[in-house]
Amino acid sequence: MNIKEFDMGEIDIAWCPGCGNFGILNTLKKALSEMDIEPTNLVLVSGIGQAAKIPHYFKTNIFNGLHGRALPAATAIKAANPALTVIAESGDGDMYGEGGNHFIHTIRRNPNIANIVHNNMVYGLTKGQASPTSQLGFKTQVQINGVFLEPFNPIAVAIALDASFVARAFAGDMDKTKEILKKAITHKGYALVDIFQPCVSFNKINTFQWFKEHTYYLRDSHQVTDRNKAFKKAIETEKLPLGIFYTNTDKTTFEENIGTYKKDKRPLYEREVNIEKLQDLLEKFKTLI
Amino acid sequence: MTNTDDISIVLCGQAGQGIQTIEYVLTRVLKLAGFNVFATKEYMSRIRGGTNSTEIRVSSKPVRSVVNRIDVLIPLDKDALQHVQKRISPETIILSEAENFDVISEQGGCVCIEVPFTKIATDIGDKIYSNIVAVGVVAGFLGVDLQLVNDYIRKYFSGKSDDVVSKNLEAAKAGHKLGCDLTDSGKIKIGVKPNANVKDQILLSGAEAVASGAIAGGCNFISSYPMSPSTAVLVFLSQHAKEFNIIAEQAEDEIAAINMAIGAWYAGARAMVTTSGGGFALMVEGLSLSAMLESPVVIHLGQRPGPATGLPTRTEQSDLELALYAGHGEFPRIILAPGTLEEAFSLTGKAFGLADKYQVPVFVLTDQYFLDSYYNTARFDLSDIKAEKHIVRTEKEYRRFELTADGISPRGIPAFGQGLVCVDSDEHDEHGHITEDLDLRVKMVDKRLKKGNALVKDSIPPQLVGPKNYRKLIICWGSTYNIVDEAVKNLERDDIAFLHFNQVHPLPKETENFLNRAERTIIVENNATGQFAKQVKLHTGIDIDKKVLKYNGLSFTVEELVEKLKAFLD
Repeated sequence: MNIKEFDMGEIDIAWCPGCGNFGILNTLKKALSEMDIEPTNLVLVSGIGQAAKIPHYFKTNIFNGLHGRALPAATAIKAANPALTVIAESGDGDMYGEGGNHFIHTIRRNPNIANIVHNNMVYGLTKGQASPTSQLGFKTQVQINGVFLEPFNPIAVAIALDASFVARAFAGDMDKTKEILKKAITHKGYALVDIFQPCVSFNKINTFQWFKEHTYYLRDSHQVTDRNKAFKKAIETEKLPLGIFYTNTDKTTFEENIGTYKKDKRPLYEREVNIEKLQDLLEKFKTLI
Repeated sequence: MTNTDDISIVLCGQAGQGIQTIEYVLTRVLKLAGFNVFATKEYMSRIRGGTNSTEIRVSSKPVRSVVNRIDVLIPLDKDALQHVQKRISPETIILSEAENFDVISEQGGCVCIEVPFTKIATDIGDKIYSNIVAVGVVAGFLGVDLQLVNDYIRKYFSGKSDDVVSKNLEAAKAGHKLGCDLTDSGKIKIGVKPNANVKDQILLSGAEAVASGAIAGGCNFISSYPMSPSTAVLVFLSQHAKEFNIIAEQAEDEIAAINMAIGAWYAGARAMVTTSGGGFALMVEGLSLSAMLESPVVIHLGQRPGPATGLPTRTEQSDLELALYAGHGEFPRIILAPGTLEEAFSLTGKAFGLADKYQVPVFVLTDQYFLDSYYNTARFDLSDIKAEKHIVRTEKEYRRFELTADGISPRGIPAFGQGLVCVDSDEHDEHGHITEDLDLRVKMVDKRLKKGNALVKDSIPPQLVGPKNYRKLIICWGSTYNIVDEAVKNLERDDIAFLHFNQVHPLPKETENFLNRAERTIIVENNATGQFAKQVKLHTGIDIDKKVLKYNGLSFTVEELVEKLKAFLD
């Protein structure tokens, strides 16, 4: 499919020149067009923040909801119509901070959605405060003595919860990121892709160069089904691994578990109230069986 | 006993003693036997211990409200007597173990009859059976056939072992014999007659009526976090999820619950949440989201006393203003407040249609008293049931927020048609994309508010009960309907009527006219500040002359309302 199908044409984009978000936007468009996913069949769900504006630069169905709440909405959208491709995409503050509880429980629920997180280790839209993933010692106008909260490790948390797909990518390497995104979208079940993304305006520490120097790709020999090894990789800090850490393809999805589609594949909007069964229900209030 | 054809039986004991089982089994047995029955419970917020009670009214005529008097009291322990002490009168017959008599003698005045519930149960095998002995006693003195009791007990314990079933049958039989002896010996005089109509009627709780109404309204998605007293709706829909293809999900918190519901509507589901005040407080940002996305959403808000955790298992009508003013920004909403089980069923069903049609949040406002009360009522009419759907197949150039004359834009959903469906919590253009065009902002605010005009036109008029040429008018809303109804009937006056609102917002347009025709007005509200009276004043300019308010955590009883109304009327 032609990538232009996703283009919004001449629009005003609210990102800073040189922002890592541009690369992620284009890479995601490329991945989706190569996968022939029709814009009408795709829903991009986001929260609030600079990364969360991404749906507005995408010609597709969009649900730009509340800060931190993309995952519950995305879960329900997929559950109401499993034929849709659903991607929940936002920044680190949105997904791991404001929406941290949903991050945990969405992994447990395992809907068949992809969860893309632009992780720039800083708050952009509110102008430079620490994010849950900001590194120790990172100084901001609020964290004046430097961050002393343990940085949130989304990869380790996801693997600890036995998330069905856990990967990390780097916005500076679009080819490999594209391949990871394609695998995440194709994967059946919840798929996390945490993407390191430099913030050129508010994070002068974790720059393109810094990420280049402090990351490496997991080798082909890395066993993605070995949860212990994946966890070991996830807690490495000296150099941060990139690639697919872990997959568990044995898990049933939320849409499968709810049972609504076992016998009837139709999405909810095509269904009607079963009046006959409703009569039976009232009959039970009469006979009190 | 003052009135032998309308008996109030109160069973009281600790949590864990099986009071709920007694209520459940007895109300069903009595209904099946053709008696008009009403039951309500009050309980403490704990799993074991404490003192809980259930009131079961059995009558020759329909009974639908709680009374203060106790005609027959069955205390299952000593604390129980203290718990209901204020309600015991010389007319009260107490059926009790002999060991409680010393406590009873301190009460004075009442009639004590020894019934060795525990001894009978222990003789059968375990004191655990004493609650079924009590069921048997009540069924016995009311003249219910033992066979009917046995049939129901077999049904109720069908999942249990043969031993458990047979011991419960033994317990019922022993209790039933004692009960029959009480009437045969003239110790209890019963005038309650069964009624053939009752057998064709249905018996259910307020929570079951709300949940069944949701099914009738086409609900196929519920996401909620458990919270008393609203949980029963989630439980009911979960238990019927398979037969009605409902996705019933227990969310990690109320914030997730409402965001799921809105996401579900976006993709074509008909979704609701059920919660109570504290849980709804967490949903408030989500409520505002539904307004901005112009997403339908149905919120069942079962009220309990606040602030904060308040009295978790008690009742109050104190979250009207919360529902009314919740959510940042300005937007229209509908608040329905059923007064009867029939209304709970029909209005909850209607809530889905209204939410879908006007793309606004619709509240169904109930409370603990309403949700936890049962009575028999005529079978609900399903002939009008059609879960109205208001979604459109989209064209290629579809605009989700197209500016229209009435403010309502045709609602598309993803993958139904050729268009794209874009919704945004930011202010947005007609396509649903973020904008800071301030002229467009004004148009969008006007568009959203315009829907409110239609809501007023489409509002449900209040129901006037009593003479049309009333001089004095009692106003009430929501769960107090049946209590006010019985109280007003007891007053036996031809100059008073009452006006019940089952839609409390937008205030129905007929309100002013009804109020202007009265010489005096009085409002009955289960809260401390007269929240609905404030709404009446705001929208009609009329000051209601007197407020009868109650906020100790219990509903009004018929007798206290009669007394309070009398004071006003004379």
